[in-house]
Amino acid sequence: MRTPPDPRWRLLFSGARPGGRSAVGRFFEALTPNLHLARRPSFSPWAAAGLSVALFTTGAEAGPQRIGFNEKIRPILSNACFQCHGPDEKKREADLRLDTFEGATRDLGGYKAVLPGKPDQSALIERMISHDKDEVMPPPKSKKPRPTEAQIQVLKQWISEGAQYEGHWSFQPVRKVEPPAVRSEASVRNPVDRFILAKLDALKIKPSPEADKATLLRRVHLDLTGLPPTPQEQEQFLKDTSADAYERLVDRLLASPHYGERWARHWLDQARYADSDGYSIDGARPMWPYRDWVIRALNEDMPFDQFTREQIAGDLLPNATRSQKIASAFHRNTMINAEGGSDPEQFRNESVVDRVNTTGAVWLGLTLGCAQCHTHKYDPISHREYFKLFAFFNSSTDVNSVGETLPVVPGEIFPAPSAKVSPAQYAAGLRKVADAQSTASQRRAEWLKKLEAASEPTRWQAPKAVSATAKSGRQPRVLEDGAVVVPSAGAPQDVVEIHFTPDQAKASAFRLRLLPDSSFNAQYAGTAQDGSFALTEIELTVDGNVQPFAWAVSDLNDPKNPVSTAIDRDPQTAWQLDPKRAESKGLHEAWFFLKEPLAVEGKRCVVRLRHESGKNRLIGKFAVEVADEAPLLPPEPKVAQEAWKLSRQTKPGTNPNHPALVAAFKKMDAPQVIAEAELGRLSAIAQPAQLLIMKDLPKPRPTLLHLRGDFLNPDKTLGPLQPDTLAVLPPMAPSDQPRTRLDLAKWLVDPRNPLTPRVTVNRVWMRYFGKGLVETENDFGTQGTAPTHPELLDWLSSELVSGGWSLKKLHRTIVTSATYRQSSTARKDLREIDPLNLLLARQNRIRVDAEIIRDSALVSSGLIDATLGGPPVFPPQPEGVFAFTQAAKPWVVSTGGARFRRALYTHFYRSAQHPLTSTFDAPNFSTTCTRRLSSNTPLQALMTANDEAFMEMAQAAAQGLWKKVPGTSKAEDAERIKQGFVSFLCRPPSDQELRRSQQFLGARRKALAESPQDAALIAGTSAGPGPVELAAWTEFTRALINTDERITRE
Amino acid sequence: MDLEKQLLLASTRRHFFAQTGFGLGAVALQQLLADEARGAAPAGNPMAVRQPHFPGKAKRVIYLFMAGGPSQFELFADKPKLRELDGQAPPPSLMQGKRFAFLKGNEKLLGSRRKFQKYGQCGMELSELLPHTGKVVDDVCWIRSMATDVFNHGPAKLFINTGFQAPGRPSLGAWATYGLGSESKNLPGFVVLQSGPRGPRAGSTLWSNGFLPSSYQGVPFRSSGDAILNLRNPKGVSAEEQRAVFDFVHELNQERLNQTGDPEIQTRINALEMAYQMQSSAPELMELSQESESTLAKYGATPGKGSFANNCLLARRLVERGVRFVQLYHTNWDHHGGGENLETDLEKVCREVDQASAALVADLKERGLLEDTLVIWGGEFGRTPMGEVRGTIGRDHHVDGFTLWMAGGGVKPGLIYGQTDELGFGTTENKVHVHDLQATVLHLLGFDHERLTYRFQGRDFRLTDVHGRVIKDILV
Repeated sequence: MRTPPDPRWRLLFSGARPGGRSAVGRFFEALTPNLHLARRPSFSPWAAAGLSVALFTTGAEAGPQRIGFNEKIRPILSNACFQCHGPDEKKREADLRLDTFEGATRDLGGYKAVLPGKPDQSALIERMISHDKDEVMPPPKSKKPRPTEAQIQVLKQWISEGAQYEGHWSFQPVRKVEPPAVRSEASVRNPVDRFILAKLDALKIKPSPEADKATLLRRVHLDLTGLPPTPQEQEQFLKDTSADAYERLVDRLLASPHYGERWARHWLDQARYADSDGYSIDGARPMWPYRDWVIRALNEDMPFDQFTREQIAGDLLPNATRSQKIASAFHRNTMINAEGGSDPEQFRNESVVDRVNTTGAVWLGLTLGCAQCHTHKYDPISHREYFKLFAFFNSSTDVNSVGETLPVVPGEIFPAPSAKVSPAQYAAGLRKVADAQSTASQRRAEWLKKLEAASEPTRWQAPKAVSATAKSGRQPRVLEDGAVVVPSAGAPQDVVEIHFTPDQAKASAFRLRLLPDSSFNAQYAGTAQDGSFALTEIELTVDGNVQPFAWAVSDLNDPKNPVSTAIDRDPQTAWQLDPKRAESKGLHEAWFFLKEPLAVEGKRCVVRLRHESGKNRLIGKFAVEVADEAPLLPPEPKVAQEAWKLSRQTKPGTNPNHPALVAAFKKMDAPQVIAEAELGRLSAIAQPAQLLIMKDLPKPRPTLLHLRGDFLNPDKTLGPLQPDTLAVLPPMAPSDQPRTRLDLAKWLVDPRNPLTPRVTVNRVWMRYFGKGLVETENDFGTQGTAPTHPELLDWLSSELVSGGWSLKKLHRTIVTSATYRQSSTARKDLREIDPLNLLLARQNRIRVDAEIIRDSALVSSGLIDATLGGPPVFPPQPEGVFAFTQAAKPWVVSTGGARFRRALYTHFYRSAQHPLTSTFDAPNFSTTCTRRLSSNTPLQALMTANDEAFMEMAQAAAQGLWKKVPGTSKAEDAERIKQGFVSFLCRPPSDQELRRSQQFLGARRKALAESPQDAALIAGTSAGPGPVELAAWTEFTRALINTDERITRE
Repeated sequence: MDLEKQLLLASTRRHFFAQTGFGLGAVALQQLLADEARGAAPAGNPMAVRQPHFPGKAKRVIYLFMAGGPSQFELFADKPKLRELDGQAPPPSLMQGKRFAFLKGNEKLLGSRRKFQKYGQCGMELSELLPHTGKVVDDVCWIRSMATDVFNHGPAKLFINTGFQAPGRPSLGAWATYGLGSESKNLPGFVVLQSGPRGPRAGSTLWSNGFLPSSYQGVPFRSSGDAILNLRNPKGVSAEEQRAVFDFVHELNQERLNQTGDPEIQTRINALEMAYQMQSSAPELMELSQESESTLAKYGATPGKGSFANNCLLARRLVERGVRFVQLYHTNWDHHGGGENLETDLEKVCREVDQASAALVADLKERGLLEDTLVIWGGEFGRTPMGEVRGTIGRDHHVDGFTLWMAGGGVKPGLIYGQTDELGFGTTENKVHVHDLQATVLHLLGFDHERLTYRFQGRDFRLTDVHGRVIKDILV
């Protein structure tokens, strides 16, 4: 006999539900749109005779109530009608729209689709129930399910009641809601529970009891930090019997730096963060400072409105700080297609589209992407509005390219004790450059005056009577013109000196000319095989006193080995020109400047060239010359010539800001050159990440609507569109300035915007219960699901805004609720009435994310390196990950602690992600990911069972157990088993589990004793109790690692 | 849906399945409901065999992907006119509005240096580079009028595999296994093999599950060594040892299932068990030495060596074992001239591919598998009628008029479909767009491409986006 659904149903129903037998079937079918299973004859719902009666005859008892448009009508119309009779005017059939009252009640020539009060005279109903193939709506060719009889009845009643429309729920302002009074006051811990209990009360369902302390501890640890509690933490909490032990635990966890790591991961999913460019080449790129910024911002509980503004438009904030610029990298996580022959404009447009869609998904929970090609079929988002949003993002300087960058050194966001350059040093270097630049204009004006007055730009004089020596005893030759030739045979390193006595009164600068010579290399001045040289240091002594050079420039610059390295007194660095670059061939020169002009007339000068780097990399032929006045123009001939020409043409002092003059001066301005050189030196050591950040063009690109979303097909007749947001939402603040991303950012978190707080709290809720209050967390539009607890959603949303957008407060509210603290054990009584646990009469068991599968095992095995932030790391991965990519990626496995960092820090290649993440459902972050799926596959089992990384953890854990509890007695055995359970599952074993574990270990010892070589391999070490014993324990911990419970938050 | 409807739906379905003898246990039902809540269709075991919309002629697919874009002018499309105009500038009318990856504008028409001849009953013309393929022309359906939207490798490969130019969407193989499940109990439903000097551009995004559950992602099998990542036990762990550990894990899991009543645990127990089976079935699969000498010779396969020939033979072994979708990537067909040319380099890649491709078709036919196995052969685009100005002979990427062939699985054998103009710039007859090809392949598998959908971010997504039509002319 068939059991009818729980009669308590009717308590939830408002409105009559008449219906017939087939209605159930259609209703059933209508609600399973993408399930082809449902269409199989064997599934035919018609077979469920009797069910329909039970379901749809209960309404009468509840008494008729007004039909709510949003609740009842919109879903029917949206599914059946809006595609052709909705917001999209291009696709609108018969010029009829049914998503507005005006549209639906328009006169269609003597009749109306909807005639309020008169369902029988409304064409909508007539067409829906028609049996004529050409008449019936929706038309069969649309392949849309027909509305069921039950739905038709609801529509009819709604029309009789006046056919009132309501705006879509999510676009309505967030309501101030009072938490309801409930019957079971005793079950209330905070207002969240009132909303949940109100519904449970109505159905006479009891909430589940609180989970036991151990489960709760593990749950809240995993949820807030992504790490399980250690045995010590377990002991401490289980001992604490004070009334607020749990609340204090929550506060501790919210204050833990690991909270930021855990919740950053969710945010980074949405930010589509990765450490590579994507597409086919998929080269590595340093985005990690942005990742660290997110972790820090969350740890500091940066208010979500600020968090939003800095990421969307940090670069546009007044006097943007470095931190704010780093935050703007949010929208630089778009992909770059570095494949040869790509059209940069095409992929620039792709990035802009992605920025619009991501913003829509993350903050608004809307599927804006639908409106890229045409007006949205279901939601009030027009094609034109899409491109108004597009206009906010259309002016960034990156064009499928690196674009604007910001150098960030390790240590700037999180401490990096091993860094050779401290962030303070690096910041000082940056500041010095900035200072030199900011004061340059005055010096430039003076320089220009001199230049205009000068009769020639530079005046070098070759000294007479030159002699040359070398430290090793090789014999340099001095030619007639004063050039010096150094024989290439001889000591591999050498110091070559030239001696002379200048004629002129003073010296301001010295010039070193490199002269290739066919005696050693016709193309390059270096004596090495490839023509290279390395000048470690150049020194000047005058009458025996060392006179240091203050700065230097060269006509060709190799940024890795600039000429400044020849005067930095660092024997590790040397001036070089890269022989692989064609420009390195031929004549080159470097100029070395004294701080002040020096009297040199008649004095003995020695210029010393130290070649103390590499082997046989001397300068083979050179000449030294002296200038009494420092040259005004740089050694690069083109730059110098252009500036010289300009200085002859312009009226004196008229145009000091001409780019060519600015460029020439920059190369000859001692403060700038010195500051840049120092920064270059620091950069060479610190290797800062060149973080991709946002920057807009000074003049915005005009935005044209792309017909059918095709950037090659702009709508020129419509003309450029101004940045703006969606008309259906509260307008942006008025402004007389052209709007920028900053205006958009402010609007997103404007308290009047109802979507941002709702979407945000819903996603947080989803992480705690496995499902949002709005299940379609990425679609708050009309095609999405309505909230199960709309009042709770609004209460949490308004609390978020009024609580200063504090996410930590929100977390605290949720995890301290009785609802959260319930047991997750399945209940028979609920299986009947609420199989999906929508009412939350219990908690849910949730498979943890890929990262936690690794991180928690690292904690349990004691291997974890809990360092925060920094460049990505390369833990072991199985061979062959790159066998299927275009080019193998560099993957030098990290050693030491870096091998055991949290998975969040593993380098992420979009085209070949680490198998841990691809196997356990992390997407490749080509686009935003607001929610990961959770699957069960054999490949997952293979990974946790066989992967080197997990084996390493099992071995370490086994050693750890023996270290903690040494000894071979039965009691010690049992204690180790218990500790193993405590470490990995955060609870002691049951008696049965203990017994089975003992049997397992006994059997393993016996089997492994017969193959001691295998045992040694399994144990990985012979330390402690010996390989067989250790191997048995390794198998034990390996088993624990592979349990369902370990990868489930209960 | 509001709460009430969601509850009602769940409860109704629960009743329905519990009462109609569908035979789902409580556990599978819970899974079904949970899957459905996530937006996924299949219940319980995500790889359970499912019936499509209508009976499909093809039960499985082997897709030989020629990565880089084979030149139709050197292989399939003899163009005497092009030879006649060799060295002349292309007619401006044909160049108008066309975009190319590398052409600078000074390129000249390039006549093929290859000799062509007609084969079989159908009289398909093939060049001298494909003598083995010549033997199976009458089993093959030739599409000479393919068109795509994109001319860069990565995006074009994504487009033909996923229907979209950017990464992030499910591939054809993922859709097929999502729709049909897999008949293999101990191998993945969608397997990817690779040969040639390097992996295909865009990597794993080509066989991605996109927003579908990860059960449907293509699993790369390496053709030598361990086929699957982590297939081998940890060092020192024997098969018995592994069995003992898995049994112990099963017991702990079973205990937890009893405690919590969460049906998900049963699913995980099944997955672990399948992993164990896979550890023995995958190495067995890879044992090409089990094949007869004559079979090995037909393919040109050498056990233990990674090659396209070995992969073709593996593909047959995979489909014999119930795998739903096998995709082989072979690089490199990107013959621009300069680095890779249409002379020796093309000859080399044809030698690697021709014999085994033909052998696969013949072997499947001989074993009665061709009837319901669809074989697809083709690249992401074709090449231009113009040569490139580079050191050696080569052509640029071209989105129109390229050739792709299919065999078995319900396509007309010996049909030559589509026609291009005399210079091969564009299609003059029966154009087949990538989305049409995808719609047709899904049709062959039994799916209405407009109805095989998955709801993601509020939209019902499909492989063919909002395009595609089934090419009825080529169906049996």
